[in-house]
Amino acid sequence: MRQGLQFDDAGRLRHLLTIEGLSRQTILEILDTAESFLSVGEREIKKIPLLRGKTAVNLFFESSTRTRTTFEIAAKRLSADVINLNVSASSTSKGETLLDTIRNLEAMHTDLFVVRHNESGAAHLIARHVPPHVHIINAGDGRHAHPTQGLLDMFTIRRHKGAFEKLKVAIVGDILHSRVARSQIHALTALGVSELRVVAPKTLLPMAVEKLGVRPYADMEEGLDGVDVVMMLRLQRERMQGALIPSEQEYFNLYGLTPAKLACAAKDAIVMHPGPMNRGLEIDSTVADGPQSVILPQVTYGIAVRMAVMALIMGGSAEPAGGRR
Amino acid sequence: MGLLIKGGHLIDPANGIDGRKDLYIDSDGFVAAVGKAPPGFKARKTIDAQGRIVCPGLVDLRARLREPGLEYKATIESEVRAAVAAGITTLCCPPDTQPVIDTPAMAQMIQSRAWRFGLAFIHPLGALTRGLEGKLLADMEALDEAGCVGVTNALAPVTDTLVLRRALEYAASLDLTVFLHAEDPWLRNSGCVHEGEIGARLGLPGIPEAAETVAVARDLALIEQTGCRAHFCNLSSNRAVAMIAEAKQQGLPVSADVTAHHLHLTEHDIGDFNTQCHVRPPLRTLNDRKGLRRALKSGVINAICSDHQPHEPDAKLAPFARSEPGISALETLLPLTLKLVDDKLLTLPEAVALLTHKPAEIIGVDSGRLGVGATADVCIFDPEASWVLTEDRLVSRGHNTPFLGWEFRSRVTHTLVGGKLVFEFDAKGRSR
Repeated sequence: MRQGLQFDDAGRLRHLLTIEGLSRQTILEILDTAESFLSVGEREIKKIPLLRGKTAVNLFFESSTRTRTTFEIAAKRLSADVINLNVSASSTSKGETLLDTIRNLEAMHTDLFVVRHNESGAAHLIARHVPPHVHIINAGDGRHAHPTQGLLDMFTIRRHKGAFEKLKVAIVGDILHSRVARSQIHALTALGVSELRVVAPKTLLPMAVEKLGVRPYADMEEGLDGVDVVMMLRLQRERMQGALIPSEQEYFNLYGLTPAKLACAAKDAIVMHPGPMNRGLEIDSTVADGPQSVILPQVTYGIAVRMAVMALIMGGSAEPAGGRR
Repeated sequence: MGLLIKGGHLIDPANGIDGRKDLYIDSDGFVAAVGKAPPGFKARKTIDAQGRIVCPGLVDLRARLREPGLEYKATIESEVRAAVAAGITTLCCPPDTQPVIDTPAMAQMIQSRAWRFGLAFIHPLGALTRGLEGKLLADMEALDEAGCVGVTNALAPVTDTLVLRRALEYAASLDLTVFLHAEDPWLRNSGCVHEGEIGARLGLPGIPEAAETVAVARDLALIEQTGCRAHFCNLSSNRAVAMIAEAKQQGLPVSADVTAHHLHLTEHDIGDFNTQCHVRPPLRTLNDRKGLRRALKSGVINAICSDHQPHEPDAKLAPFARSEPGISALETLLPLTLKLVDDKLLTLPEAVALLTHKPAEIIGVDSGRLGVGATADVCIFDPEASWVLTEDRLVSRGHNTPFLGWEFRSRVTHTLVGGKLVFEFDAKGRSR
């Protein structure tokens, strides 16, 4: 049942809503496909005709620059027609429901919706109500999932660290409110890393977080001890409001990634961040711009990974564009 | 000129009856005799109850009929029809209508609407505070006079402990039962699921168990202090139930109910954001469900109710946290309770008691029993008629239920209110 919604009757990936439920094999297939798309961005003519004649709508109910742009570039490199819609400002403020918005756009013969929404479960809701030929990619729903971010993080780790089985990974920061963290956790668990830790004060960890297969640490130096990958999360500056943390300064003292804290990790550990970064809040600039940082490559890989996901869900391998419906 | 229900297996737990007995109902709608025909009795009509269970009409402690104010969801008429089709003959409705039931006029209006349809008895609960705002006391004596069977602040628990203390004291001096929803609003915050594994996985804000236990502890302390008789609605956690058990042991005048769905579902049933499982208080863990079941068996929980909340379809077609909580539950109340008999938790008379005289005692009405002279509210069901719950079977206007597709074993065939046949199941569907 859990796998049901993302897969068609033949068991092929039809939507990408969450990494949870994807097999190791499926994840690796996406990463391998992304690997083959990586070179497209380096060509003089950065386009392949895989999705020619298809219409993709970037439907963002929540603002975003990086994610929306990389999705747009990815779709354009696959030759799809792309429309960007920032809905927060238009329909919903007029009282139109989420499903009404989708139905209207569907009536314009959209093939793919890339959806970001501030409510957990929004992408699932949409996927449940679109006809079979329409595909959904979740570009972030509330605190729930951001699967393409999780996948591009895996792509980054594989490129820089090789096989997953031997790796110790720590995710640091506001796990409670983070869809990125949840997607990373599901991906890393499916790929079988040797150890997965989360580092945060209890106020920023979900209750029962161990049930997700991670080990919680309140002490950052302990949590980073010997890890190969440090994945930082963005801290929303308004978190003081809910009495979750006392001050930005105290947070930085305890959980900001400084060179001293990074020294607890393995010597060749890589540092990742999904962006946008709060320099001096969760990460020190010397680390963000330092030799162990792979934060900018993450963005580059993001395009290839999103191309791979679009290609896979919209028609398997390299079939002629417009062939399937 | 009476009615005879013949050949059925009569279960009337209040009177200790569990066996094959005919039921004789006089022309005024009261039970004339049980087992043996009274002298001179002539049956105008006979209902053949061979192979059926005959029990008192069910008493539901909490059903929202949505009228007045939310008629786009349901109406008194639509929902009492659903009730009698499910064997329910007495309903208690909370005061959180629009406007709130905080005046005698509102309480009377609802009852007179119900009288007009003559299908089931409706007993309103009056507001504990004016407008349910938790600030000023409602006119409790007037509400009592107007037929309210208790007072409550419904799903807007009184946060000011001084106001709550005064309200309990005042209710106690009028000998009224206060119905309490134990929920700490700060700990609930914006939560919509149990704070635990599923909330963590789905990234949905959680309602911790402590939201319930903190409130129960607070309420119990004030009950002890004021001596007020109180009923805890809709307990959802094992720990809260343990606290009620202890309070009962100390002799505090408290009772408690649980919904049928909390006895069958857990947080895991939410699966991939199934908004039909969005309820308040939330579905909790397997361990909590076990605790609720144990408490039902041991008598710590006094009644099972539907907590019926019919919705229009759009209410559930939203991202989980934005969807409206509640289940259209009248028509699964009896089937889900009888499943507990199949599960060997309860005996059939125990199950019937939890739906009849026990809830009736909490609201202080004499329904839920079929002794001689009692009002003949009767539910007759076929205990061996398998059926599957589908949308087109539902009589309620609300089709919001997570139990679609569930198979049930018992089906209501006849419902009588005051000796009058108000529902009869026929092969094609249903008729009055």
